[in-house]
Amino acid sequence: MQINSYGVGVTPQSQAPPGPQSAGSFQGPPQPPQPSILQPGSQVPPPPPTALNGPGPTPLNAQYQPPPPAGQTLGAGYPPQQATSYGPQMGGAQLSYPGGFPGGPAQMAGPPPQLQRKLDPDSIPSPIQVIENDRATRGGQVYTTNTRGQVPPLVTTDCMIQDQAILHITANETKSGHSSPRYIRCTTYCFPCTSDMAKQAQIPLAAVIKPFADIPSNETPLYLVNHGESGPVRCNRCKAYMCPFMQFIEGGRRYQCAFCNCVNEVPPFYFQHLDHIGRRVDHYEKPELSLGSYEYVATLDYCRKNKPPNPPAFIFMIDVSYSNIKNGLVKLICEELKTVLQRLPKEEHEETSAIRVGFITYNKVLHFFNVKSNLAQPQMMVVTDVSEVFVPLLDGFLVNYQESQSVIHNLLDQIPEMFADSNENETVFAPVIQAGMEALKAAECPGKLFIFHSSLPTAEAPGKLKNRDDKKLLNTDKEKILFQPQTAVYESLAKDCVANSCSVTLFLFPSQYVDVASLGLVPLLTGGTLYKYNVFRVNLDSQQFLNDLRNDIEKKIGFDAIMRVRTSTGFRATDFFGGIFMNNTTDVEMAAIDCDKAVTVEFKHDDKLSEDAGALIQCAVLYTTIGGQRRLRIHNLALNCSTQLADLYKSCETDALINFFAKSAFKAVLNQPLKVIREILVNQTAHMLACYRKHCASPSAASQLILPDSMKVLPVYMNCLLKNSVLLSRPEISPDERAYQRQLVMTMGVADTQLFFYPQLLPIHTLDVKSTGMPAAVRCSESRLSEEGMFLLANGLNMFLWLGVSSPPDLIQGIFNVPSFAHINTDMTSLPEVGSPPSQQLRMIMNNIQHKKPYSMKLIIVKQREQREMVFRQFLVEDKGLYGGSSYVDFLCCVHKEICQLLN
Amino acid sequence: MATYLEFIQQNEERDGVRFSWNVWPSSRLEATRMVVPLACLLTPLKERPDLPPVQYEPVLCSRPTCKAILNPLCQVDYRAKLWACNFCFQRNQFPPAYTGISEVNQPAELMPQFSTIEYMIQRGARSPLIFLYVVDTCLEEDDLQALKESLQMSLSLLPPDALVGLITFGRMVQVHELSCEGISKSYVFRGTKDLTAKQIQDMLGLTKSAMPMQQARPAQPQEQPFVSSRFLQPVHKIDMNLTDLLGELQRDPWPVTQGKRPLRSTGVALSIAVGLLEGTFPNTGARIMLFTGGPPTQGPGMVVGDELKTPIRSWHDIEKDNARFMKKATKHYEMLANRTATNGHCIDIYACALDQTGLLEMKCCPNLTGGHMVMGDSFNTSLFKQTFQRIFSKDFNGDFRMAFGATLEVKTSRELKIAGAIGPCVSLNVKGPCVSENELGVGGTSQWKICGLDPTSTLGIYFEVVNQHNAPIPQGGRGAIQFVTQYQHSSTQKRIRVTTIARNWADAQSQLRHIEAAFDQEAAAVLMARLGVFRAESEEGPDVLRWLDRQLIRLCQKFGQYNKEDPTSFRLSDSFSLYPQFMFHLRRSPFLQVFNNSPDESSYYRHHFARQDLTQSLIMIQPILYSYSFHGPPEPVLLDSSSILADRILLMDTFFQIVIYLGETIAQWRKAGYQDMPEYENFKHLLQAPLDDAQEILQARFPMPRYINTEHGGSQARFLLSKVNPSQTHNNLYAWGQETGAPILTDDVSLQVFMDHLKKLAVSSAS
Repeated sequence: MQINSYGVGVTPQSQAPPGPQSAGSFQGPPQPPQPSILQPGSQVPPPPPTALNGPGPTPLNAQYQPPPPAGQTLGAGYPPQQATSYGPQMGGAQLSYPGGFPGGPAQMAGPPPQLQRKLDPDSIPSPIQVIENDRATRGGQVYTTNTRGQVPPLVTTDCMIQDQAILHITANETKSGHSSPRYIRCTTYCFPCTSDMAKQAQIPLAAVIKPFADIPSNETPLYLVNHGESGPVRCNRCKAYMCPFMQFIEGGRRYQCAFCNCVNEVPPFYFQHLDHIGRRVDHYEKPELSLGSYEYVATLDYCRKNKPPNPPAFIFMIDVSYSNIKNGLVKLICEELKTVLQRLPKEEHEETSAIRVGFITYNKVLHFFNVKSNLAQPQMMVVTDVSEVFVPLLDGFLVNYQESQSVIHNLLDQIPEMFADSNENETVFAPVIQAGMEALKAAECPGKLFIFHSSLPTAEAPGKLKNRDDKKLLNTDKEKILFQPQTAVYESLAKDCVANSCSVTLFLFPSQYVDVASLGLVPLLTGGTLYKYNVFRVNLDSQQFLNDLRNDIEKKIGFDAIMRVRTSTGFRATDFFGGIFMNNTTDVEMAAIDCDKAVTVEFKHDDKLSEDAGALIQCAVLYTTIGGQRRLRIHNLALNCSTQLADLYKSCETDALINFFAKSAFKAVLNQPLKVIREILVNQTAHMLACYRKHCASPSAASQLILPDSMKVLPVYMNCLLKNSVLLSRPEISPDERAYQRQLVMTMGVADTQLFFYPQLLPIHTLDVKSTGMPAAVRCSESRLSEEGMFLLANGLNMFLWLGVSSPPDLIQGIFNVPSFAHINTDMTSLPEVGSPPSQQLRMIMNNIQHKKPYSMKLIIVKQREQREMVFRQFLVEDKGLYGGSSYVDFLCCVHKEICQLLN
Repeated sequence: MATYLEFIQQNEERDGVRFSWNVWPSSRLEATRMVVPLACLLTPLKERPDLPPVQYEPVLCSRPTCKAILNPLCQVDYRAKLWACNFCFQRNQFPPAYTGISEVNQPAELMPQFSTIEYMIQRGARSPLIFLYVVDTCLEEDDLQALKESLQMSLSLLPPDALVGLITFGRMVQVHELSCEGISKSYVFRGTKDLTAKQIQDMLGLTKSAMPMQQARPAQPQEQPFVSSRFLQPVHKIDMNLTDLLGELQRDPWPVTQGKRPLRSTGVALSIAVGLLEGTFPNTGARIMLFTGGPPTQGPGMVVGDELKTPIRSWHDIEKDNARFMKKATKHYEMLANRTATNGHCIDIYACALDQTGLLEMKCCPNLTGGHMVMGDSFNTSLFKQTFQRIFSKDFNGDFRMAFGATLEVKTSRELKIAGAIGPCVSLNVKGPCVSENELGVGGTSQWKICGLDPTSTLGIYFEVVNQHNAPIPQGGRGAIQFVTQYQHSSTQKRIRVTTIARNWADAQSQLRHIEAAFDQEAAAVLMARLGVFRAESEEGPDVLRWLDRQLIRLCQKFGQYNKEDPTSFRLSDSFSLYPQFMFHLRRSPFLQVFNNSPDESSYYRHHFARQDLTQSLIMIQPILYSYSFHGPPEPVLLDSSSILADRILLMDTFFQIVIYLGETIAQWRKAGYQDMPEYENFKHLLQAPLDDAQEILQARFPMPRYINTEHGGSQARFLLSKVNPSQTHNNLYAWGQETGAPILTDDVSLQVFMDHLKKLAVSSAS
């Protein structure tokens, strides 16, 4: 899918009037792992049309607000008319899906009278089932990355990944040298040989690269290769780095580049003889010859100004305007900094962290602090010239925490008092970033700014913003403005930041509109992270924020990074999505990149690919470590190529596809009306499936919906993406929240998008007290809930603990330590530490879910039939959305209709 | 009456006034023929221990255009309780408080000995003195240390209730907030950005009426009558804080790479200092004290770039129009100086560096505001330390020898008009009937502002006789001038000092001898020199010299006695006899000659010349030379190369330098160590005598002179050799081999040659 295609001349198929009602039936024996085929019955008569307009009148609904007016629904979800046309065929589906959830209509709360005429939700592909299947077959095992084109286990499956060379291979095959899927995950592991094929299938060819992904402790960390002053061995023509794909010839004196086919001399220091199968004798001794991922020590040629880099610096910038002082946030931050500063990241072999720290507070002016170790008291320097911010001091601003500890603590103690009487409400923002950037520039070091900000910057200064939260823009062509920054200042600021390797991480504490689209731009483009805590309450929400802060400070990170993705001939990287900045079409610049940030790269053919050579990808990231060393991190991956569409469909990875679709769609919202984007997504989904139906599936009735095994859950995930608040304009969702989610998704890896779009829903009431494992998840649908149950839902940002009205009292007692449902305080943001087994178990589960996730999830207690359940129900993504967005079933029907049209 | 000399001296002591002419030619035409204008040197605040101020306000003439102050020259009708103004002849009623006056019960201002009187004004709010330190931090470590110590020391010398502020600068400019406790806080400004006063005040938060105070201070409500002045705090309150702050002051931390000058934002620092005071304390006595160790190298007011390979401008560059930054910088500082003067504040510059620091460009700041200019090699010298300390010296009353925000008003009787003033003042542009069209110095006004002055500050004030030739003044008529100086005393009182003087008119045709005898050649020389130096600021050097020569020749033609075309017959009367010699030395002085001086040095010398009193000015023009020998007590000798003898010790005082010079023999004796032998104790005493005398001068002078102890053949002997009249040079060979003095290697003309030429030109009918 090309993002450009969002622009021009797309005639959305879904706009076409519904075709004639055919009496087609879904049939055909499903043969796993063959495509699953739905087989609804056709004998059910059509229902009265009136009943299908609008949501079914469930008893629950009655307690809530009236359903949204029909006119608004039209723009967001799928027109009810379509459901009218298709409902009948779907109605009364048989339970034919092999792995279907063994639940019956009896579990549905208050079944509406039309239910029996609808497609049985249990008969359609279940993501839970797919996940469980993969877990069952591949979970807990060792997955070795030694086979080209091998589709890795799902992101939801826990297994140990081994990047290793296998001994019994012939020289011609590239059987080793593949990066762990933790670093690179592709949408498909088999590329079509020609661009025509690619166009036919319309399957995006993309890789989601997370170059600094965290590796579990039981997996081998990256080897570090040091070639001394001569630096890494690189192809003379395309500059690809030495890797297992390079072919040594002429007795080892030359090698042929696998990417550009150029024949290069082997540098004398690197010479080694070849063995009987033409492989270097030292093949297994050198990581760069045998492994998919490894690091090089970079030489001075790879450094700015040919000087070794300085260790990075962290600058903490605290908004000390009135509200932040009043609500205690400043005090909280200052207190916390004292602790987290002791845990600054350091190189593994080092005693102390090389990172220097600096402090700035601001409201409408900026206060820099001199915390030089020899001072008795910190010194404050006020810069009031916000129109042209500059750094007032060099020496003493960035200091080693250990050396200046007492001065820093003194400062952190004093900051809340210093501004205690301040009644300054206005803040600046762009000058704050500018100041931090200038400080790093002056100190000639890369670094990261931690900005703690809470209001719309309205003070007279560059980057001044005004409130533009305008509901009238929703569902118009101008809606995209809400995702764009208000002024060009932030973009050019971001550019400067990247040029000076200054990464910005922003902690936002908004109590009202703050224009996230503008404020978040610099963090996005500089590889920073945006955290947002709506209506922050110090007494309740501190833990979430503090966890995020600790995690962010400690996480693995590389600075001043440039990423380059090289490919073998025949295709090339054409588009990049993520927290990146690009000055040209090939170099991906990142002021910093941490372990949670992924870059999604789209590939396009520019020639034919051969089945023999396959498709090779080399991703090289040049960066500076936290200790100030310049390194190159190389990830290699080889994919199969095929002339058979079936091979292509067999090797697809739906989670990566959704990651790609989400990022490309979220990028497109800046330029395109949402409606167009949604239509393109639907069309492409239909197209991919139709192509499969046409070319790969065994012949069957045209009305059958046949899904390739690898894409079984594509429709449900796609529907989740379409229903996401970014792509669905509803006045109930603030533009800030939408901009925030859009931004988060742009940098997410595959696992994060998977969880974000299809949340994890765990039944808690059925926990086996003796088991230590995670309970089996259930599908995100209201029909899976029960009044007697408790469910935990997590999407990576929030965690909901849903309590049915008839939750077992002993469970309530065990978890909340209160006698009854009515006693539960829903304000709490963390569970009380009750010694009981259910409590321990639940908290353990929550910890497991939270583990290694980039954002600390806020716990929200939701009681059934209370106001707050509205929020919760948005996350039951298989259901029809409260604010629009069709249910999984409806969407499947819609896609099916599209496919039918395409096939005709 | 005693001699004119005594009269002049008496007048000077009483009124601080020296006139070029003490009998005035009665017509405009005659007056112009006198060559030297009718003018006076006025020392407005001359120390008068015998003159306690009166505790009431002066009585003013009721005519709105006159408002002269009641003085001993006024006619008083004791019965009618009326007095007649001696300037406008308006008859005025005495105010009610004067009902008791009579011939025997006169108020002080009517007594002749109170021709100078000082009034103390009680009304009006008293405003504290303000000292704002503006400190360069781009100094060498020991220099900065010395400066810090001097500044810390000065805190103990300041009046305890004075407000003090601190601005430091280097690459950035920091305005330190002094009120806060705990953390020290400063506002930082970019050193390259010119800011308007409004911007500065906005950025310092001075414009807001309701500034959030750090904490409420109800304890001293009467001390906070002003706008928030977080940057200016009473010394007694924050001297500990400030001492610590100064102690922690670091050198400018920005790295200076090889071959570069440190970036020094003097222009912005001064601008902020001016803006700060302007916003908080307009029209209050305040000193901005700029301490700088090098030239401004960035931002507005930069004098030289930061590349060391391009040297700072020299006179040569200026003549060739090669001084890139000079005009722009000068404009910047002039703008600041004028603003400062408008606000009644003054700017001192303490520049200590081996190279130039840009005094040429910055000179207007002290010149226009009456501030001090001190130039030294390093802050770590006694020259700076003592000079700085001396600023805070106290007079016999225990008051600081400084006054602020003075306005000098001059009133004349109708035969006279005011042509202008030369000194540390700016015009207040007050036109009036007694203001002349012809300007000499800063003219076109009858009032001047002198923002900072001390007891020696002296102005040259020039007059024009406007009485027409055909309207003779009756015999015995007297012309009168009244000088009214309103100022803020260092005790923060407002005071008014009034000096009223009168001189006889004389008809120049019939009574030329009278006028001639009443000529004060010393005052005349200084007044003419001031005119010359004033011209030299804007005109080419040679033009000024030609003008001076022309004036001298005309004066000699007018007052000399000679036979036409016979130079040998030329004679000058006693009252003129020294004048040509003064002019000779003036021509050679650094005030008019820029050769061998940097532009900064010239500015420095001229600055002091334009503000010192007559005695000091004369020393500057013609240095004093004392000779010490075994032949008798120390004696003043001719400033002539013939005075340099082998068995003499010379002590020269040029005002700026004190030179002790040991003659050849003396130097040899000292080398041989005779002074340490008990039997040659007299030699020891001889060596000691000039040292003691030099110490005496050093102790009293401001600024402290450079002290040079040298001997025959010493390199520093050049200071002496360049000053003495080169009567013996390598050119006039007849002097060779004679034991009389030392030949000077110069092509300059000697006094004898100069006089010969002068005589020739004076008697020539052609010129």
